[in-house]
Amino acid sequence: MELFANLLGKIEALSSQNVLILSSLIMALIMALVMAACAIVFTWMERKVAAFLQSRYGPMRVGHWHGVAQPVADMLKILQKEDIIPAEADRTLFTLAPVVIFIGSLLAWAAIPFAPGFIASDLDLGLLYIFAVSSLAVIGILMAGWASNNKWSLYGAARGAAQMVSYEIPLALSTVPVVLYTASLNMNDIVIAQQGGVANWFLFRDPFLFVAFVVYFICSIAEVNRGPFDMPETESELVAGYHTEYTGMRWAFFFLSEYANLFLVSCIATAVFLGGWWAPIPGLPLAPALNFIVKSVLLVFLHMWVRWTLPRLRVDQLMYLCWKVMIPIALICVIGSGIWLMVSGQAS
Amino acid sequence: MATDDRNLSAATGWAEQDDVPEMPSELLEINMGPQHPATHGVLRLLIETDGEIVAKVTPHIGYLHRCAEKIAEGLNYKQWVVYTDRFDYLAPMCCNHAYVTAVERLLGVEMPDRVEYLRVIAAELSRIASHLIAIATFGLDMGAWTPLLYCFREREEILNLLERLSGGRMLYNYMIPGGVRFDVPEDGWCEDTRTFIDMLENKKIGDYNTLLSYNKIFIERTADIGVISREDAFAYGCTGPVLRGSGVQFDCRKDDPYSVYDQFEFEIPYGTGEQGTVGDCWDRYMVRVREVIQSCRIVRQALEKLPPGPIMSDQVKKVMRVGPGAAYTRVESAKGEMGHYLIADGGQKPFRNKVRSPSFCNLQILEKIGPGMMVSDLVATVGSLDIVLGEIDR
Repeated sequence: MELFANLLGKIEALSSQNVLILSSLIMALIMALVMAACAIVFTWMERKVAAFLQSRYGPMRVGHWHGVAQPVADMLKILQKEDIIPAEADRTLFTLAPVVIFIGSLLAWAAIPFAPGFIASDLDLGLLYIFAVSSLAVIGILMAGWASNNKWSLYGAARGAAQMVSYEIPLALSTVPVVLYTASLNMNDIVIAQQGGVANWFLFRDPFLFVAFVVYFICSIAEVNRGPFDMPETESELVAGYHTEYTGMRWAFFFLSEYANLFLVSCIATAVFLGGWWAPIPGLPLAPALNFIVKSVLLVFLHMWVRWTLPRLRVDQLMYLCWKVMIPIALICVIGSGIWLMVSGQAS
Repeated sequence: MATDDRNLSAATGWAEQDDVPEMPSELLEINMGPQHPATHGVLRLLIETDGEIVAKVTPHIGYLHRCAEKIAEGLNYKQWVVYTDRFDYLAPMCCNHAYVTAVERLLGVEMPDRVEYLRVIAAELSRIASHLIAIATFGLDMGAWTPLLYCFREREEILNLLERLSGGRMLYNYMIPGGVRFDVPEDGWCEDTRTFIDMLENKKIGDYNTLLSYNKIFIERTADIGVISREDAFAYGCTGPVLRGSGVQFDCRKDDPYSVYDQFEFEIPYGTGEQGTVGDCWDRYMVRVREVIQSCRIVRQALEKLPPGPIMSDQVKKVMRVGPGAAYTRVESAKGEMGHYLIADGGQKPFRNKVRSPSFCNLQILEKIGPGMMVSDLVATVGSLDIVLGEIDR
């Protein structure tokens, strides 16, 4: 007890700025742990979902129940792998690329509100910030593809860059109608505006918002490079795309950030369209963070369902879909939602 | 090239700036294979690409060459059957069939009816198994994983059935000159086969169609892609689903009947350009799906009519001396027209055995239709040709 009191005293003794630094560090640690947890939970989940859809079992051995410890075993295996850098590769870029991708997905977590007050950094431009930093991944992919000195990797990188840069536009545009409603880019404000049951979620506020959500969902699949839009990887065409030459932990970083990004786009969708931490029926005694995470995981499941069901598009069809279908629809949603707001008299 | 650039820059008004450097541009040479997931084995495609567009494609083969035809000259007629399994290892029964009919034609013996029926049943089951792989891997080339597992699930059933029939799961060595090795097992094999055939035809094919064949993305990826015209198909000697995909209704089982195929009712599916042009990837794919149904019909009829009798001809002696003479027989294997040209000199071993493998002829056309398509389309086209390298390289 004495020790604890002593510690408390010491914390009080710290200046307010130090407390800020300390709390930021703790939040950063939590977010990094969330990311690691993402990779562990979602690799297992992806295998199980895929197995379920393909009428097989998936991992069943490691960890007594349905192979729950499989991701741990995988990580241990990856840790022991030899770290190979191809002789002709650009060593600096090659080693830097996984870190860049990883940082890109880690930074965005700062502005995700998991529960009231539980947000690493309550930015006024939260939504904009998220889209800005998550586009760092493109640079990482380009670096990886270029530095590998492998023609297939280069193909993957070029495709990936084109795809992700293109799809960020409809992705961001589809959230603009929500911003019209809230008149704020702050993630907390956006969630608070959806208080009180399913009907108040932005998903169901007006038909244009519903369409915007569909656009967001489709574009988010492309943004995280998963099937049917997995152009940077396209294992049947480009071997493994931009990470063909990577092994061991470096490869695991790509893997980690893929699942972290998957969860990230689902979290954004939850916060922006699906009522964030609010329970579906007001007054339901559920922990806010639980609400948030369950909704996000359901969206992740939807991502997996789509991936294991549909064939892949060709790269030019992908671009067509983005520029000639998704962006016009997203623009119509912005205009439509604005008009709806004016007509229904909700405009602030 | 340089003059073209200057003309372009003059047209766009860039010529006024003298310091614009000339953009060097060259084709990128890439080896697709021999270790590449889309080449279905150890095929190496040397492709020259201009961005995503393929400018030239050259197939390099021979990575699986095992001197099979030379080995034939050192083995007696029955021993050589084992090696024919290894040609098209996805449908070995059809390869067996092609060889044994050649030997029997040289011997001039007729097989008992039961032998012919058992051979037809085995060959058709093998064809279904092979087509299931073709459907599955073509889907995989398009990025659809799940149909692969579904098709393999059904293929597993066929392998179980063939294992009960012949003892082997992949390489059967079932048909031998003079008959077949084993009779139908007494443990209800015929009923199980019938149940499986009904299940496949009535339910599973519909599943594949909803999941893959009529999927919008799948059609977008395969329709109008890799079009092989009727004339090209003839000129390059394409056979099997590749030829039929181009709208030619030719099938050795109907047009040059061997064994007892003339006693069954079945149709020959062919490409009609349902989703695009006649002879595109979708047509070739769909021909295979529909052939599975026709094979099911044949197996069902053969099981109904299966006559009693011996499974070995009594005219064929244990130590076989064949010839002298030469014979060419062809059968419709899963990949196309499988032919064996056999020269016998009166001894126990073949003097020469030349194998006409359908995949070899089907693959050649890639050089003709490859240029101008995108890299992804090339993957689709190779997948739709459904080649087996064991048969190409021999």
